[in-house]
Amino acid sequence: MPGAIHAEGLVKTFGDVRALDGVDLDVPEGTVLGLLGPNGAGKTTTVRCLTTLLRPDSGKAVVAGLDVLEQPDAVRRSIGLSGQFAAVDEYLTGRENLRMVGQLYQMPAKAAKVRADELLEQFHLADAADRTAKTYSGGMRRRLDLAAALVVSPPVMFMDEPTTGLDPRNRQQLWGVIKQLVSGGTTLLLTTQYLEEADHLAHDIAVVDHGRVIAQGTSDQLKARTGGERVEVVVHDREHIRAARALLDKYSLRGPGAGDTTVEDHMRKITTPVSGGAKLLAEIIRELDSRGIEIDDIGLRRPTLDDVFLSLTGHVAEIKDEDDGAARDTAGHGHRHGKEAVK
Amino acid sequence: MSAVTDAVRTTAPGNPVAQSIRDSLVVAKRNLIRMVRIPEVVIFGLIQPIMFVVLFSYVFGGSMNIGGSTDALVYREFLMAGIFAQTVTFATAGAGAGIAEDMHKGLIDRFRSLPMARGAVLTGRTLADLVQTALTLLVLAVVALLVGWRTHSSVGEVLGAFALLLLSGYAFTWIGAVIGLSVRTPEAATSGGLVWLFPVTFVSNAFVDSGNMTPWLRHIADWNPFSATVQACRGLFGNPGVSTSGAWPMQHPVWASLIYSVLIIAFFRTLAVRKYRSAAA
Repeated sequence: MPGAIHAEGLVKTFGDVRALDGVDLDVPEGTVLGLLGPNGAGKTTTVRCLTTLLRPDSGKAVVAGLDVLEQPDAVRRSIGLSGQFAAVDEYLTGRENLRMVGQLYQMPAKAAKVRADELLEQFHLADAADRTAKTYSGGMRRRLDLAAALVVSPPVMFMDEPTTGLDPRNRQQLWGVIKQLVSGGTTLLLTTQYLEEADHLAHDIAVVDHGRVIAQGTSDQLKARTGGERVEVVVHDREHIRAARALLDKYSLRGPGAGDTTVEDHMRKITTPVSGGAKLLAEIIRELDSRGIEIDDIGLRRPTLDDVFLSLTGHVAEIKDEDDGAARDTAGHGHRHGKEAVK
Repeated sequence: MSAVTDAVRTTAPGNPVAQSIRDSLVVAKRNLIRMVRIPEVVIFGLIQPIMFVVLFSYVFGGSMNIGGSTDALVYREFLMAGIFAQTVTFATAGAGAGIAEDMHKGLIDRFRSLPMARGAVLTGRTLADLVQTALTLLVLAVVALLVGWRTHSSVGEVLGAFALLLLSGYAFTWIGAVIGLSVRTPEAATSGGLVWLFPVTFVSNAFVDSGNMTPWLRHIADWNPFSATVQACRGLFGNPGVSTSGAWPMQHPVWASLIYSVLIIAFFRTLAVRKYRSAAA
């Protein structure tokens, strides 16, 4: 049985730009898929196709058991969408916004009123319920937007970069809300530029680049693909970087997907993929010591999704925030904001 | 997937026409609330036509020849149908800017992801604009009475003229909706929504006697949909300066105005709803 969200071979072109180049996805009911990728990878376009906002050129999509292309209205009754912008009317109060959305989901006016009050309570907006959304902080607007997407408790939810532009505290808070939501059994597809966020919220992660899913699996599976552990050494003296690197290279794992030894000069940090655990670590410490290389820090760590992204795409996933958060990835192909990997 | 099908069933739509009306009213209410909370928009919408009344009356009045008379008072009575008609067409720009702003802010995306009637966002907006237009006409009529405008016909005819004006204004807001859905920013919708209105309202019988224009320009003015509404109102108000042109819309201005309005709504509403369905911010 296909999942609550299922897509096969989605293609969408805008002029010369192939925004989606055959996207395949499957999200089992009650799970969270994190769609991870840089700006311009095709995340937003995928969400727009799955939520009936955009018609793909080819391919098929089924959401909540309904064909997106054949039964768009039925799909709309079963989904909630929280887009990249907090799409709330800033001249309406929080309460008015939620009531309006409820009525447009075809709820009777009275039911929409009751539901609005419930959501305001649940999202800690009750105190601000009768103020216009214009007076809300960024985090409050995001919460209101999310509440609007949840008015009918849809079985399937889409969130496009829900925490972009939020400060860390508000991000944490929103994560809490999302986790609570998912524990209630909602199927969620979430896009993000933040590896940490995907790691934190998603059961499965699909890595998207250039309009394609280039890897999919659990966070652990993806990390396993990138090789096992890494040794990180921070040397005390900048002059020792070269010697430490030569030493670590001896222990470095070779082979596909293992990744290279990387050096971050400014932090005097050398990282290399290894296998052998604590025993190896002790050996490396002894070797460093015998050569008189003083170290500030050494440790074993499992690969992060950053490592995964780097080994899959050849570029780092860390993206500087767009100045206004308005850069849609529908047409922004071709330019990359990632910093180059330091070899 | 029983939870899924249950959710679908409980919110299944009823009669599509009833749903469409209900959704449109929900959206209209939203836009009316906005008007009350941003009164500047309504106030500026009022100041502009009032300024036109005062400027045209006192600057042009006295030097205009209307049906052989250069009396300022005659011009003032002649002018008012033109100003009323111009005022209702300017509602176009407001509708366009409002819709463009909703696109820009992602609200159109939200609406489009909801199981609501497809045309309701636009119909709701145009209905709210109609309310604003009616309000503007009311205030403007009072100002017109103060500067000396009088009607010389029955109450029924006067009300008929205002109904014709509202219909014509409503038709024009659909043109604004298309403009709003076609441009990238609210600013572009505002200027783009106004630019074309100047030739439409000036190459007409609104402010001058089109009989004094060169023949080719006069033809355009006589067949201009806007002129039909002006001519119809002038006739219904019993005001001076009704054109004696033989052009069909000038001979049957009420019918012409009705037909033009219906055609504009039919064409631009279809176009706007189609654009809305594929709208992308």
